[in-house]
Amino acid sequence: MVAVTPETGQDRALAAAFEAAVAADERVEPRDWMPEEYRASLVRQMAQHAHSEIIGMQPEANWITRAPSLRRKAILMAKVQDEAGHGLYLYSAAETLGTSRDELLDKLHDGRQKYSSIFNYPTLTWADVGAIGWLVDGAAITNQVPLCRCSYGPYARAMVRICKEESFHQRQGYELLLALSQGTEAQHAMAQDAVDRWWWPSLMMFGPPDDESAHSAKSMAWRIKRHSNDELRQRFVDIAVPQAEALGLTLPDPDIRWNEERGHYDFGAIDWTEFWEVLKGNGPCNEQRITQRRRAHEEGAWVREAAAAHAAKQTRAAAQAHEQAEAQAQEQAGAAAQAPQHEEARV
Amino acid sequence: MSTTTVPVTAALALGDDALVLSHRLGEWAGHAPVLEEEVALANIALDLLGQARVLLSMVGDEDELAFLREERAFRNLQLVEQPNGDFARTIVRQLYFSLHQHLLWTELAAGDGPFAPLAAKAVKETAYHVDHATQWTLRLGDGTEESARRMREALDALWKYTGEMFLPVEGLDVDGAALEQRWLAELTAILERAGLSLPEGPRSGAWTAGAGRQGLHTEPFGRMLAEMQHLHRSHPGASW
Repeated sequence: MVAVTPETGQDRALAAAFEAAVAADERVEPRDWMPEEYRASLVRQMAQHAHSEIIGMQPEANWITRAPSLRRKAILMAKVQDEAGHGLYLYSAAETLGTSRDELLDKLHDGRQKYSSIFNYPTLTWADVGAIGWLVDGAAITNQVPLCRCSYGPYARAMVRICKEESFHQRQGYELLLALSQGTEAQHAMAQDAVDRWWWPSLMMFGPPDDESAHSAKSMAWRIKRHSNDELRQRFVDIAVPQAEALGLTLPDPDIRWNEERGHYDFGAIDWTEFWEVLKGNGPCNEQRITQRRRAHEEGAWVREAAAAHAAKQTRAAAQAHEQAEAQAQEQAGAAAQAPQHEEARV
Repeated sequence: MSTTTVPVTAALALGDDALVLSHRLGEWAGHAPVLEEEVALANIALDLLGQARVLLSMVGDEDELAFLREERAFRNLQLVEQPNGDFARTIVRQLYFSLHQHLLWTELAAGDGPFAPLAAKAVKETAYHVDHATQWTLRLGDGTEESARRMREALDALWKYTGEMFLPVEGLDVDGAALEQRWLAELTAILERAGLSLPEGPRSGAWTAGAGRQGLHTEPFGRMLAEMQHLHRSHPGASW
């Protein structure tokens, strides 16, 4: 089921054991043998996931200084902080595959690795913070909950922690929108406008349609992925439609209707041209997001250098102290060794 | 608490300090030099915002006080409203302020005044803030030539705002002079370990340095408030 080209009998045996373990739903751990392609595919996906957490801080942090109440401000700061934490878990998990955070960040900064296209959309009003919580985090959770059972152990375990926190954020986003929807006329309009702008980009978070998804087949065979893009997208729509009704807001798609036969909501066509444009770097905020990320990294270089220099000094000082202590101990031992001779000489 | 009246001036002063510094730290989100600092700075900002909410709520409605007062009605120290600058500037502001706040909360936690219950919790938070600022002072002061230079610049630039922390505040039952001696001693010890020294020059005096408690602030503060209050003020009477 997995394309590997084992060169020796031992390799063949390892590959067979790997495939059997994955098929039996066992976890692959860092020290286990794994096909290079599996390793590379995981690094790519986990790095992209980590990068999305880090870039994803920007659209929301954009509203921290303007949050309209102290309670909302605290919630938003805690959320952005959680995202930095998720980035840290995911980089750590990716490092178990033999890469490093620095290497991955370099790849993000020079465009060799991607982040989720959703974060290339701007947050234009306060309601966008709620729409991101409800729709973007909602889509992320739909995508990520199956990853808690992903075949790679460190990734699966990181996802368990992340999904718990994400669910909390999603409920807070929903509650923020509900407050706006039930607030003044202007607040209701703000909420509706945000949902209108974030709905389609959220559906695009599930990736291209199944027949155009480059990595899907292999990821599913390796049990990194459990469901197809279109399956997950449908699941998300089915959950979101009644939630929108409960919110008293509409979704910007006249084709949404319940399909009795399928037992699902039908919905309109996604503008894939827009999706591919954003992915290629031509979305509304692509340049801004990566520029800010690079600037934070570059402007922080002297801080990281100082921390490294200080740590090196501490290590040197500790080594010197250790050497001195050793030398002293040797001197004393030498003196002690000589002492009996004197005794003997005296006898 | 129900039997004691709330010392309004003191609650506003301490609440505004925490509110304004929390806001400044919130500006770092997405801009920190390493991911761990995204977490740490947001963490400190959240602690301070929590303190601000308790203190402002002792006086009135926290959101009315935060979003509907004008610049001249704020009672925070000028130190905490100073712009973030580079990371060294932010760390020195944290070091100066956290050391002071930790000493203050420790003293208030030991007493039985109206701030004692909050102080008992805040003293633990500020111990962490002091540790964070101290660790970075050591790394930057005893790091590279550039980091040491930036630290010296920051220490000097913010020095003139430090005297205000020890001026008497109505309703705050602490010995300012004793607090100041302890603050100076602790600060001197940390700076020595970092290969830095105590700045020279006045620690207050000129009216622009040290009049925040009277509602006289520095120029960057008005702009900070404009951003902070804009949305809330645009929707009078709305709830969020």
